[in-house]
Amino acid sequence: MIAIDGVSLTLQGTPILHDVSATLPKGELIALIGPNGAGKSSLLSLVARLIPLQSGRITVDGLPVDRTPGRRLARTLTIMRQDTGLAARLTVRELVGFGRFPHSRGRLTDEDRRHIAAALAEFDLTELAGRTLDALSGGQRQRAFVAMAFCQGTDYLLLDEPLNNLDMMYGRQMMRILRHLVDRQGRTVVIVLHDINYAAAYADRIVAMKDGRIIASGPPDAVLTTDGLEAMYGYRMPVHRIGDRLFIPHHD
Amino acid sequence: MTAIASAIASAVGGRRAALWAAVVFVLLCAASLSVGVAGLSDGAPLELLLVSRLPRTAAAILVGAGLAIAGLVMQILARNRFVDASIAGTEQSAALGILLATAVWPAASVAGKMAVAAAAALAGTALFLVLVRRLPPTEPFLMPLFGIVYGGVIAAGVTFVAWQMDLLQLLETWLNGDLSGILRGRYELLWGVGVMVVLVWWLADALTIASLGRDTGTGLGLDYERMMQVGLVIVSVLAALTVVVVGMVPFVGLIVPNIVSRLRGDNLRGALPWVAAGGAGLTLACDVLGRLLRYPYEVPLGTVLGVVGAAAFLWLVRGGRARG
Repeated sequence: MIAIDGVSLTLQGTPILHDVSATLPKGELIALIGPNGAGKSSLLSLVARLIPLQSGRITVDGLPVDRTPGRRLARTLTIMRQDTGLAARLTVRELVGFGRFPHSRGRLTDEDRRHIAAALAEFDLTELAGRTLDALSGGQRQRAFVAMAFCQGTDYLLLDEPLNNLDMMYGRQMMRILRHLVDRQGRTVVIVLHDINYAAAYADRIVAMKDGRIIASGPPDAVLTTDGLEAMYGYRMPVHRIGDRLFIPHHD
Repeated sequence: MTAIASAIASAVGGRRAALWAAVVFVLLCAASLSVGVAGLSDGAPLELLLVSRLPRTAAAILVGAGLAIAGLVMQILARNRFVDASIAGTEQSAALGILLATAVWPAASVAGKMAVAAAAALAGTALFLVLVRRLPPTEPFLMPLFGIVYGGVIAAGVTFVAWQMDLLQLLETWLNGDLSGILRGRYELLWGVGVMVVLVWWLADALTIASLGRDTGTGLGLDYERMMQVGLVIVSVLAALTVVVVGMVPFVGLIVPNIVSRLRGDNLRGALPWVAAGGAGLTLACDVLGRLLRYPYEVPLGTVLGVVGAAAFLWLVRGGRARG
């Protein structure tokens, strides 16, 4: 369980989050949605201790994120963000292998190698394993970084817009893999999404944010309503039900 | 030249490349041991080898390996491939430290001056890293340009202080690296480079992860800030050791890590031995060249590397732009 209690954040004089509290249960796929600048990425960064906590408390499985040693936390929680690293000439296999760093500190065991092979296979990267990152397309890179997070083997995965650069086929594949992680392995996935139809189709729970506050939280049926979406995005859009799926044509 | 580099890259597998590199390295050492004004056939050859040639060769190897590793770490700290200890003001700051130590505390031992130099290098590099945060990451070439100006300003300060203190004659020995004064008993401090290289080797995986960026590194359980501090100390100590014993040597830390990255990749566990050996080889080759160019006189190592390095730097910048 991720417990967020009374968290506020101000960066360079600009208030980003206002007294945010939420409880994200274990074993669910949780989508963070909301307009640009709502504070989704900041909240995710706070949970992953990428930004120091200014006020309030955040615990993951009871571990306070601001006081738990980084290495200990890295075996419980991982985050994938858009990051501009310097190392472009790492192979996909090497990158995914660094996901094992919190466990092996660089000395790969046979078990680590099994995890790496499984991650490469799961994300359809086995054939690209020998390629360096600078020889990959944006979508392939994206998959390699999510595969590294997967390979880290943590109970909690925080993913900041993992569908960026992915085409429909890989977008769907990514969401199915994440669903699979939750259903079969009991992992918890918190994901920032911009496409509310993906959120509607795959999430167990949706946390809706606007202007640094959580304005709604619950199952997709409860959060994704015409009124609720207007409160978030500022315009009305129809919410259709096709079979057991919600479908929201938000582009008129 | 890019074609040559990629041809080399495709032609050399791991083991064969290592074998060839070892052969070239041994030949360079042999050349360094045999080239000089005094012939090995006259007088006491063993004495000559032990007192002058071996120390000089060892010094070239240690300085080269140390500066190449320092450049690599510096590039991770600055998150930019086009800086090294001579471009980011580290070596200039070290020279300022030695000068101040010499002026204020003339009786200090070499180790004492070295400590002051390392502290000055640390301060100068830390200030550089704070200042470059304001540069836009989309313009990678701004950082080396800024670094050249920054290093120039510190070097100007060094000259001014030296002029005020009437120490200008001494200045040249620190500002332009030269191995001709290396004798047994006057280079042993450089074995500290070996300690630093072992430390970097031990930290190789953590450094590679740091090069993936702060967020990814933190997500993998790395204490990113601590890593940056350790890196800063490593760069400063390596630069200070070099400047104290032989003087400023430019470009090694810039050229070698970039070429190794192209040929062997960015996984430091695999690339580090190549960076160290490449820096040693380049420095050794330039020192031998400096001894031969106007034989029996010498051209200082810093001057040779300044010319060779500037040409290689231009080539790298062109290659970087072509890829980007």
